[in-house]
Amino acid sequence: MTNMAEDLKAEAPFLAGLALAAPEDRRRMQRSRSPRERKARTTDAIIYGVLAVLVVALMVPFIWMVSSSLKENNQVLTVPIQWIPSEFVWSNYTDIWTRIPMMGYLQNSLYLSVIITCLQVLTGSLAAYGFSKVRFPGRDVLFLAYIGTIAVPWQAYMVPQYIMMQQLGLTNSFNALILLQAFGAFGVFLMRQYYMTIPDELCEAARIDGLSEYGIWARVILPLSKPALASLALLTFVNTWNDYMGPFIYLTSNRLWTVQLGLRSFVGQFDAEFAMIMTGSVISVVPILIIFLVGQRYFIQGIATSGMKG
Amino acid sequence: MSTETITPAPAVTSRGNRKQARRNTLIGWTFILPNFLGFLAFTLIPVIAAFALSFMEWTSFSAPRWVGLANFQRMVQSDTFWVALRNTVVYALGHVPLTMALALVLALLLNRKLKGIGFFRVAIFFPYITSLVAVAVVWNMLFSPDSGPINQFLHAVGIAEAPGWTSSSDWAMPAVIITSVWRDMGYYMILYLAGLQAIPTELYEAAEVDGASPWQRFWNVTLPSLRPTTFFVVVMLTVSSFKVFDLIVVMTNGGPGRSTTVLSQLIYQEGIGEGKFGYSSAISLVLFVIVLTVTVLQFKLQQRRER
Repeated sequence: MTNMAEDLKAEAPFLAGLALAAPEDRRRMQRSRSPRERKARTTDAIIYGVLAVLVVALMVPFIWMVSSSLKENNQVLTVPIQWIPSEFVWSNYTDIWTRIPMMGYLQNSLYLSVIITCLQVLTGSLAAYGFSKVRFPGRDVLFLAYIGTIAVPWQAYMVPQYIMMQQLGLTNSFNALILLQAFGAFGVFLMRQYYMTIPDELCEAARIDGLSEYGIWARVILPLSKPALASLALLTFVNTWNDYMGPFIYLTSNRLWTVQLGLRSFVGQFDAEFAMIMTGSVISVVPILIIFLVGQRYFIQGIATSGMKG
Repeated sequence: MSTETITPAPAVTSRGNRKQARRNTLIGWTFILPNFLGFLAFTLIPVIAAFALSFMEWTSFSAPRWVGLANFQRMVQSDTFWVALRNTVVYALGHVPLTMALALVLALLLNRKLKGIGFFRVAIFFPYITSLVAVAVVWNMLFSPDSGPINQFLHAVGIAEAPGWTSSSDWAMPAVIITSVWRDMGYYMILYLAGLQAIPTELYEAAEVDGASPWQRFWNVTLPSLRPTTFFVVVMLTVSSFKVFDLIVVMTNGGPGRSTTVLSQLIYQEGIGEGKFGYSSAISLVLFVIVLTVTVLQFKLQQRRER
């Protein structure tokens, strides 16, 4: 079956050319490209066109955001829309730092994202090793409990979590968010998925060479799982940076606020300062844009292999 | 979730094996422990507690007391609960099919070996990782009823009575749905792309040889091969629709009136906002049961179709 298809495939360009081309075309075919090739080129061009229009349409909110961030307030919502500001107000980008404690917000977001990402990657990859490469009784039941909680919506247990944090006196502190987000089941799941693709024989060989289990984890598995580690780190970092509800519930004092909370509160307080609000939005997106562009390959891999978000 | 790789531990017979098994247990646990302690304390216990709490009367002012089904009785008599449930379902009915269809179309367009195709993929995926607050803020302004770009566009194409979007109780939910579809479709596009790339090219070649038109190839090869992906996408989308929270809170905060109030927002308001821990846990149990039912139902449907 496959062989036949292969054979026919070898014939196909010729056959297709014959079937489609008029006699004079057939003569020309010998000199220049086959009609099939030309047809493919036209299809490509059409698809490029469609994609270009689509991407521009999807990017309109971003284009408008950046354009508005460089305008005066009264020029943001005008009829008709000005896509390019008549005068670029670059001062929005210098003023915002004095209008709201933007630097503090950025630092808080960065601090939380880095700590949570490090803990998530470290404890997640350790646990994944236990779940995939060490065989012991109760392991699979335990793993089922991990998987099971991924299916439970966070909103269903955020209240007990909140009560717990309140009892521990951890509300209004970064520690609450770190404890809640650093030990998630998602990281364990994602890393285990990847470790399962690493052959056990490799660990076996390392054991015979006298490496301890921790040695195998550190010197065999970790180096092999760099793409998965990168995926997990990026997904966790971006999720933490963009998280709104967690900080919204736990961080009440302004000096602990993350970028998302700061931006939201700015919108609430100064709802007529359209341009400045857009400037803040741009600043909150730029770090993610940079991280995403650097690591987008791993990002997309992580989503394609796990198909899950945090 | 590949369970086939899990093999039962070999029967422990000799003393040496038993020692080895005990050693393995110890080693296994030391690997799992750092994560497990956090997981146990801050996820597993709260999940169990949520279940128990829904049968208790517990507010920030009173001690916990077992009340059986009283919270649920109060819930079904509450108008707000039904409004929130209805809004959640409406949101899901808008969000799931639209996101799925657009994600599939995008994936089909992007599943080609063209120069620079990576750029298009990344661009379409980008909204998904953009901070939700920024997204909500920008879209709220795009939706401005008077001189917002969206209504300007609608006026330009001849619609004189453009909707009031987030300031109108009829149009606030559509506005939220449009924003969320725009944000999420890149994510599901990636899942569809992965599905498309797993289809063996021989299938298409064979279909081509049989003289199948592009449309027939799509209908008879692509769609059936994508069935597992579609099933997964539908489950993920439905579950995430029922959990919708951040976007609503930032864009409309449930308003105007109660037109966009959803279940998870109600859980937050009753539980953390007003300190009615038991009552809000009852609502969260409903949310959990819905999510679970959807997942199980879709798994069952999938199994039946495969048989």
